[in-house]
Amino acid sequence: MSAQDFHQLAALFPDEVITHSHVKDIALPGVDGAPSAGTFALITLDNALDHRRPSTLGPNTLVELGTALQEQRERAKRGEIIGVGVTGKPYFLVAGADLSAVKSLKDRQSGLWMAQLGHDVYSTLNDLGVPSFVFINGLALGGGLEIALNANYRTVSTGAGALGLPEAFLGLVPGWGGVYLLPRLIGPSNAVTVMLENALSNNRTLSGPAAYKLGIADALFEPADFLEQSLTWAARVLAGEEVSRPNAVSEPLSEENSAAWDAAVERAKKFVEAKTSNAAPAPARVIELLEEGKHFTKAQSFAAEDEALADLMATPQFRDTVYAFLDLVQKRAKRPAGAPDAKLARPVTKVGVVGAGMMAGQFALLFARQLKVPVVMTDIDAARVDKGVGYVHGEVDKLLAKGRLSQDAANRTKALVTGSVSKEAFADADFVIEAVFEELNVKKAVFAEVEAIVSPECILATNTSSLSVTAMAADLQHPERLVGFHFFNPVAVMPLLEIVRAPKTDDAALATAFATAKALRKTAVLVKDAAAFVVNRVLLRLMAEVSAAFDEGTDAHVADNALRPMGLPMTPFTLLAMVGIPVAQHVTESLHAAFGERFHVSANQQALIDAGIKGLWETAPDGSVSIPASTLALLSFGNSPSTEQELLLKTQDALAEEIGLMLAEGVVAGPEDIDLCMILGAGWPMHLGGITPYLDRVGASERVNGKLFHPAA
Amino acid sequence: MSQNRQIRDVVFVDGVRTPFGRAGEKGIYASTRADDLVVKCIRELMRRNPSLPPERIDEVAIAATTQTGDQGLTIGRTAALLAGLPQSVPGFAIDRMCAGAMTAVTTTASGIGFGAYDVVIAGGVEHMGHHPMGAGSDPNPRFMSERIVDPAALNMGNTAENLHDRFPAITKDRTDAYAVASQNKLAAAYAKDQIQPDLVPVATLKPEQGWTLNTVDEPPRPGTTVADLAALKTPFRAHGRVTAGNAAGLNDGATVALLASAETAKELGLPVKMRLVTYAFAGVAPEVMGIGPVPATEKALKLAGLSIGDIGLFEINEAFAVQVLSFLDHYGIADDDPRVNRYGGAIAVGHPLASSGVRLMTQLARQFQEDPSVRYGLTTMCIGLGMGATVIWENPHFNATTTSATSTTEGSAA
Repeated sequence: MSAQDFHQLAALFPDEVITHSHVKDIALPGVDGAPSAGTFALITLDNALDHRRPSTLGPNTLVELGTALQEQRERAKRGEIIGVGVTGKPYFLVAGADLSAVKSLKDRQSGLWMAQLGHDVYSTLNDLGVPSFVFINGLALGGGLEIALNANYRTVSTGAGALGLPEAFLGLVPGWGGVYLLPRLIGPSNAVTVMLENALSNNRTLSGPAAYKLGIADALFEPADFLEQSLTWAARVLAGEEVSRPNAVSEPLSEENSAAWDAAVERAKKFVEAKTSNAAPAPARVIELLEEGKHFTKAQSFAAEDEALADLMATPQFRDTVYAFLDLVQKRAKRPAGAPDAKLARPVTKVGVVGAGMMAGQFALLFARQLKVPVVMTDIDAARVDKGVGYVHGEVDKLLAKGRLSQDAANRTKALVTGSVSKEAFADADFVIEAVFEELNVKKAVFAEVEAIVSPECILATNTSSLSVTAMAADLQHPERLVGFHFFNPVAVMPLLEIVRAPKTDDAALATAFATAKALRKTAVLVKDAAAFVVNRVLLRLMAEVSAAFDEGTDAHVADNALRPMGLPMTPFTLLAMVGIPVAQHVTESLHAAFGERFHVSANQQALIDAGIKGLWETAPDGSVSIPASTLALLSFGNSPSTEQELLLKTQDALAEEIGLMLAEGVVAGPEDIDLCMILGAGWPMHLGGITPYLDRVGASERVNGKLFHPAA
Repeated sequence: MSQNRQIRDVVFVDGVRTPFGRAGEKGIYASTRADDLVVKCIRELMRRNPSLPPERIDEVAIAATTQTGDQGLTIGRTAALLAGLPQSVPGFAIDRMCAGAMTAVTTTASGIGFGAYDVVIAGGVEHMGHHPMGAGSDPNPRFMSERIVDPAALNMGNTAENLHDRFPAITKDRTDAYAVASQNKLAAAYAKDQIQPDLVPVATLKPEQGWTLNTVDEPPRPGTTVADLAALKTPFRAHGRVTAGNAAGLNDGATVALLASAETAKELGLPVKMRLVTYAFAGVAPEVMGIGPVPATEKALKLAGLSIGDIGLFEINEAFAVQVLSFLDHYGIADDDPRVNRYGGAIAVGHPLASSGVRLMTQLARQFQEDPSVRYGLTTMCIGLGMGATVIWENPHFNATTTSATSTTEGSAA
C-alpha cells in the first residue's frame, strides 16, 4: 500500500462529491483569561452543500483529509501548533463512507485499498505529535464517528442528531478502527449495544447526550456555542486538565474486564442469531473481530479490519443492502413511481371512518394524530360507536402516559375523534375510508350509502386486502374517486401503504391519496388492482409453498426452518399464527380463485381453523417447539416429504415465478417496488435487497424466468 | 398597590461583548446571524455569573436599530429563548438608534429602581452588514416639506460636517490627531489585556473556509498615523473634514450587561462593578446631532447634583472625532485628557450602532476597578435625529485616599 495506490483509487471517482478539509489556524483562548496558549489547527469537513446533502467520505475526501493531517503533523514537528481539531459543517460531522462510491468498487483490491486508506488517514489523528480533538457537532455515522474514535479527545453537542456505527446493518464492519477502539473506550458491553444491537434494530442511533453517557465523548456542550465551548475545553485539556473515562477498558485486561468482554461476545452472538438467523455475513464478522480482537494489538486489529472490509465489500449482501437502503428506502420511497403530480391533490380537512372496530380505531387514531383534522367514526349502533371512540381515547391516554403526547396534544387529538350512528356526519368530509367486513357486497353497500351523503369530490378509500377495487367501484356514481388504501398491521407502526388505482380512478383522487399517505408519514407504493396487491401476494405464495410441502409430508421442523438462510424476520408458521390462520386462509382462497393452484389452499389449515386452533407450535418451558399430539391428530399428510434444501429452492423458484408474473401483469412499475414493499410491509431484510436481488443471486430468476430481475448494467 | 414604595439602588454587575467586526462581505461576521451574536453574549454572561439562577432574570431588553430579519421578531425574547434561558424569562426589543443598548440599560434600570425587576439583562446588537444604516426606512415626507428636519440630518456624516461648521476651532488636524490617539490607546489597552477579558469568543463559518474563532476586534488599525489620515477622502463633502479615519466605521457586534438591585446582587453574591447614579436624554437640532451629549450631560449632572469636575472618567462614544471634541471643548477638557476614553474609542474599535452603549459601560467598569481614586464616571453618546444620552455611574471601589495613576498627567481637570 502506498500513497500512489490511494491516488489511483481516488482517480476512479472523478465525480465524487468531495467533503473538503478546510484548515484554519486559531489562537486558542487561554484558560480562565490567561493569554492564548498557542495556535490550534482546526479542520472543518464541509462538502459545500446545504443541510440536505450530508458530508460523506469517498476516496478523494480521505486523500484530502490525510494530506491536511500530514501537514499538521509536519507543523507540529516544527512547533507551530499545539493541537489539532476536526469538526463539521452545521448539523453534520460526517455521515460516513460514501456508499455509492464504496458500492461501485470493482474488485477486492480496490476494497482493500479503501479500507487501508481510511486506516492510514485516521491513524494520523493518533500520531500528530500534538493532541487531536474531534468536536462532534452533528450527525456522525460509521466512518464519520470513527474519525472521532481515532482522535485523542472528543466533545459532542447535545444537538447532535444521530451517532452510531451502522456498518453491521449495511453489510460491513466498523473497520476504520471502530471495532477495536470502541470496546476499549466505552467497554465491550456498551460497544455491542452500539455496533450490533443498535445497528441491527432498524439502524437505531444515539443522541449526543446518550453518546456522552456511554463515554463515546469526553465532554458535552449545548449547540448555541458548541464550538466555542469545545475549544475552551480543549485549551483546558492542553493545559493539563484530567479527562476521566469511567467506562474505558485498559490493557492488559483485568480479570473482571476479560469476563465482561467474553460475556459481551456471547450476548452479541445470541442477539445476532435471534435477529438475523445468521443469514447475513457482516454481523458475524463484527463479532469475530470483537472476539479475536480481545487479544489484538491495534495493528493486528486494523489489518484484520482491512481484510474483513475487503471481503464484505465484495459480498452481494453488502451491494444488495446499499441498493435496498440507498436506492429504495432513502430515494424511491420519497418519490413513488407512477404517482401523479402532487399539485392535483385536494385538501383533506375532515375524515370519515366507516366502522368502529379494531381496524377502524387504528385508522381514526392515525388520521387524527397525523393529519390533525376531525375524524368521525360511524357504526350501526351507539354501543359500537362508543366502544370505537373509547378505544381511540384510551390509546391517546396511553400515549399521554408514556410521554409521547403532551396534555394539550392529547386533548386536541381526543377532541378530533368523534362518533356517530348516522353517516350524515360525513357530509363535509373530504376523505372517507371503510373498515368494514371483508366482503364485496358489504363494502359496495357502504360506499353507496356514503356516496349519497358526501360531495362528488370526496375521496372514497377502501382498506381491502383481497377484494377487487374495480368491482367495488362498479356501481358508484363517481367511481373516479375510489382508491385502495391498504395499510399493514399494526397500522401505527408499519411504514408501508399500498395505494391501489382502479381503472376509473382519476389523477386528482390518486394524488390526494398519495398526499394523504405522505401526511400520515407512510411510504406509499402505487399498485394496480390485482388480487392481494403486492405484499400479501408474495407472502402467501411463500406460505403456500411451505404449507404444500407440509401437507405433502415434510417434517414440520424442516418445513418451518427451510427458509432460514434467507434471514426472514420470522418463520412461516410463526407468521401464520401471528396473522391468524383464518385470515391467511381467507386471502389464500381469494388468491386461489384468482390465480389457481399456485396458491395451495391447505386442508390441514382448514382443519385447524375448524378446531379453533390458533397455531401449530407449542413452546415447551425449555424453549423448544413441537406440535401437540392433539393437533397432529387433526392433520393428514402425504408421503412425498421435501428436504430443507428442496423446499428452499422450490420457494425461491415460486417467488421468482410469482414476481415475474406480477411484473408482467403490471402490478407495480418495477421489481424495485416489489422490494420496497417487502422491506417496508413485511420487514424482509435489506441484505436480500428486499427479494428480487436475492432471487437473481441464487439463480431462481434465471431458472424460472430465463432472465434476471436486475440485468447487469 | 405597593406600600412604602422606595427607590432602590441599581448596580452594574457585569458586561461582555463579541469582538466587533467590519461590516460587509469580507467581515468576520458576514455569514453569522445578529441574534446568534447576542445569544453568545448572554450565555457567556451566565457562565461568568454562575451564582445567578437563570429563572431570577426578570427581563431581557435587547436593542437593535433595524428590527427586521435576524434582528427582528422581538429580539430580546428570541435571544433569551435561543440562549436557553427559561421560558418564564420575558424579553423585548428596544430602539434609540446609537443609544439602543444604553436605553435598554436605563429603561430596565428604572424598572429595578421602581421595584418591578430584581435582575435584568440589557444589551444591543447591530449587524450593519446585514442591515445597512437606514435600510428599509421610509422617512415621512413632512420632514422635508415642512422643514422639520434638514435633509442632510438623515446622513450622519453630513451632521458631522455641520458640527465642524458650527465649531470652526475644531479643525481636521485636531480630529485626525484625536483619531490617531484613539487607535493608539486601544492598541495599548490590548497590550495590557484590558479589552480581551470582556470579549466573548465567537466561532464563525464562512463558505469554503471552514470554522474559525474570533477573539479580537477586527476594525482597529493600530499604527495609523496622522499622515495616513490626511490622505483619506472626505466622502460627505468635497474638501470637507470628516473621513473614514476620524469617524467610527460600519460594524457588526453585540453587547450585553447584567444589572440588579443592590440588595439582589448582595443576596445572590453577584459582583458590583458600578452603581447607577442617574441618567438623562436630551434632544438637539437633528442636523448637528453630534452635540447631543452636551445637553444630556448637563441634565444628568443637574439630576445627580454633581458638576463636571466631579467626573473622573469619561467613556464617550466616538461616532465622529468632531463630536467628541465639541463635547470636550464645551467643558474645557483637553483633547488628550487622560480621563477620556482611556482604552480608545469607537473610531478604533468600531460602532455597531445599537450595541455600543454597553461597551462604554463595560469599559468604564473595568477602569473603575483599575482606578479607585475615581468616584464618578460617565458614559455618553450622540444619537441620530438629534439626541444625546448620558449615564452617570459611581465607582464601588472608590477610595478617597488613593491617587490616580494618571492624575499627574498634565491636563487633568479632576
